[in-house]
Amino acid sequence: MALLQIAEPGESTAPHQHRLAVGIDLGTTNSLVATVKSGAAEVLPSQPDDPDGSRLTPSVVRYFADGHVEVGAKPKAEQAEDPANTIVSVKRFMGRGMADVARYGALPYKFIDAPGMVKIETAAGVKSPVDVSADILRVLRQQAESALAGPLVGAVITVPAYFDDAQRQATKDAARLAGLNVLRLLNEPTAAAIAYGLDNRSEGVFAVYDLGGGTFDISILKLTRGVFEVLATNGDSALGGDDFDQAIASHWRKQHGLASADQRDLRRLLMAARAVKERLTDEAEVSTSIALSYGQTLNVRLTREEFHSMTALLVNRTLLPVKKALRDSKLAVEDISGVVMVGGATRMLHVQSAVRAFFGKPLLNNVDPDRVVALGAAIQANVLAGNKSGEDMLLLDVIPLSLGLETMGGLAEKVIPRNATIPTARAQEFTTYKDGQTAMSMHVVQGERELVKDCRSLGRFTLRGIPPMAAGAARIRVTFQVDADGLVSVSAQELGSGVSAQIDVKPSYGLTDAEIATMLQAGFAHASADAQARVLAEAQTDAMRLIEAVDAALVADAALLDDAEKQAIADARAALLAVVNGDDASRIKLAAEALSRSTDSFAAKRMDRSVSQALKGRAMSELN
Amino acid sequence: MSITLTERAATHVQNYLTKRGKGVGLRFGVRTTGCSGMAYKLEFVDAPAPEDQAFESFGVKVFVDPKSLAYIDGTELDFVREGLNEGFKFNNPNEKDKCGCGESFNV
Repeated sequence: MALLQIAEPGESTAPHQHRLAVGIDLGTTNSLVATVKSGAAEVLPSQPDDPDGSRLTPSVVRYFADGHVEVGAKPKAEQAEDPANTIVSVKRFMGRGMADVARYGALPYKFIDAPGMVKIETAAGVKSPVDVSADILRVLRQQAESALAGPLVGAVITVPAYFDDAQRQATKDAARLAGLNVLRLLNEPTAAAIAYGLDNRSEGVFAVYDLGGGTFDISILKLTRGVFEVLATNGDSALGGDDFDQAIASHWRKQHGLASADQRDLRRLLMAARAVKERLTDEAEVSTSIALSYGQTLNVRLTREEFHSMTALLVNRTLLPVKKALRDSKLAVEDISGVVMVGGATRMLHVQSAVRAFFGKPLLNNVDPDRVVALGAAIQANVLAGNKSGEDMLLLDVIPLSLGLETMGGLAEKVIPRNATIPTARAQEFTTYKDGQTAMSMHVVQGERELVKDCRSLGRFTLRGIPPMAAGAARIRVTFQVDADGLVSVSAQELGSGVSAQIDVKPSYGLTDAEIATMLQAGFAHASADAQARVLAEAQTDAMRLIEAVDAALVADAALLDDAEKQAIADARAALLAVVNGDDASRIKLAAEALSRSTDSFAAKRMDRSVSQALKGRAMSELN
Repeated sequence: MSITLTERAATHVQNYLTKRGKGVGLRFGVRTTGCSGMAYKLEFVDAPAPEDQAFESFGVKVFVDPKSLAYIDGTELDFVREGLNEGFKFNNPNEKDKCGCGESFNV
């Protein structure tokens, strides 16, 4: 018979209707799946013979020539045997292009440059990072379904707060491939805050410091009457516990002259480095020996002090994004009421002491930092699956970079500002630039810079069928929608005729978190240069629009002008044309004003004439 | 008239109550719904109702409303592990017929 779990008072579900939902932490190094059972979140066993009882499933996938796939502890243990077909830390490649992957340095994979996202050639064929992630998720789903003895209604999958649209979409695609219904993508730090039950606490502002295997995230969460709002997120996508392993391994390589170690030895060194790093949390000094190929054995020794000093820079690198996040949220260190520690790498003592010293607050780290994200996701999944009333937890998230449209002159017009809470929808009206314009090309961009060329292009679409009208008369409402998963759709409608067009932004995969961070920094660094560029582009656009209007008027009504007037307008027009492509906005503005003044009497004459034409031949009585 | 818990079931209930941070015991009852007539109900109890009957096994209180008791008197609750799945299982002497999954039953 079915095994029952205990429900909250009055919340027993009808038989056959208990909805099995899980939270999945799809991690760079390890993945795990959790659910809410009898009122408490718990991590589900990873496999019946869970070797170390950790319930973690290593995010390692090995592909064999006969097409079969192994995931988890076994391929991790055997990774040194077949490095080219054993994919580790695939999360780093999600939504990344060839150039980004090159930045990770020596990797044993055969990458194939594919449009949008790299692919990896394995013994079982060409695999994209989405395929590899799907293989991990499929195993997690099977674990959950056998542990819960039933099919899953859905899953909440966590992603780094910094994941952009492409990476979130890639994660959703992977889940779909694995046969999972995604209830929601949830930011990892937000999940951690839920796991600590911060929503049951008094009000306050909390920092979530998440140093995982391959990524670092800092989030500032504000809690008001049980409602979370993410004030700011920041981070470094190329910094994690793996880098500490690398530091140790390259120290040994230098020490023992192993500059040209082969891939297998490199893996063995890294595995040994990780083990030594973990032991240094409890021991002051660790000695170990590493068996290398050709029977060579490496005897190494490392003290905690040596380890801390060789990785102090890495720890310090985490504090820069922390400061930026604080600045973005317009808060001082004293405003933070608690710091949640997430990620196995926060077990390192010097990380803890650096964070404690920076915030001057005790750390929240009594929930297993490897499990805390999955537990929070499980609690959220339980709410979303309808097993609990959802009103007691409304979760607000933010978008990491502003969203906008390209306007004339290559300017980015922001429609949704950065750090706006999602889900959200905002509309803004745009208009046509030329007389009789019947189509408008919409270019959706993401970024903080004023010029489109400095932002990231998310997608383009065209609104056609605009009725011909004078420039500026059409009213085109552009609506940006961002759903709870952070995915964007943009629609445009001409309000007079009702014609509309829309796009779901499935952006070209490829912007890295590091690039987002760089774009953010560039946004600050170039603030004044950008402002000047915007003023210039606006002046140029206005000037060109004026010239077009004057030309159109001359074609229609040149007969109203005498030669002297025509000459004056032609001179002013030539003067403006001479400066319009320069870089001096004030000269362009002056020349445009001069042209505008020179046409004042022309405009008055045209007005008079059109009024008299309208009145001609009509009786006074008709006009009343 | 009695409802009992096995020692293992009692330990698990106690653990869940501790983790939950509140609650005085376990409610065990039946509801008239489900594909085979009635369904078991298992909930935490924060405040027992005046008509509830209370039983105690291994220090854990089990509350049963009098209507339910008629259907489940004599039941023993056990906590078992089946493969990777674990949860509560009932041995109800009154049960004559149940649906395939055992979530609902008939007397």
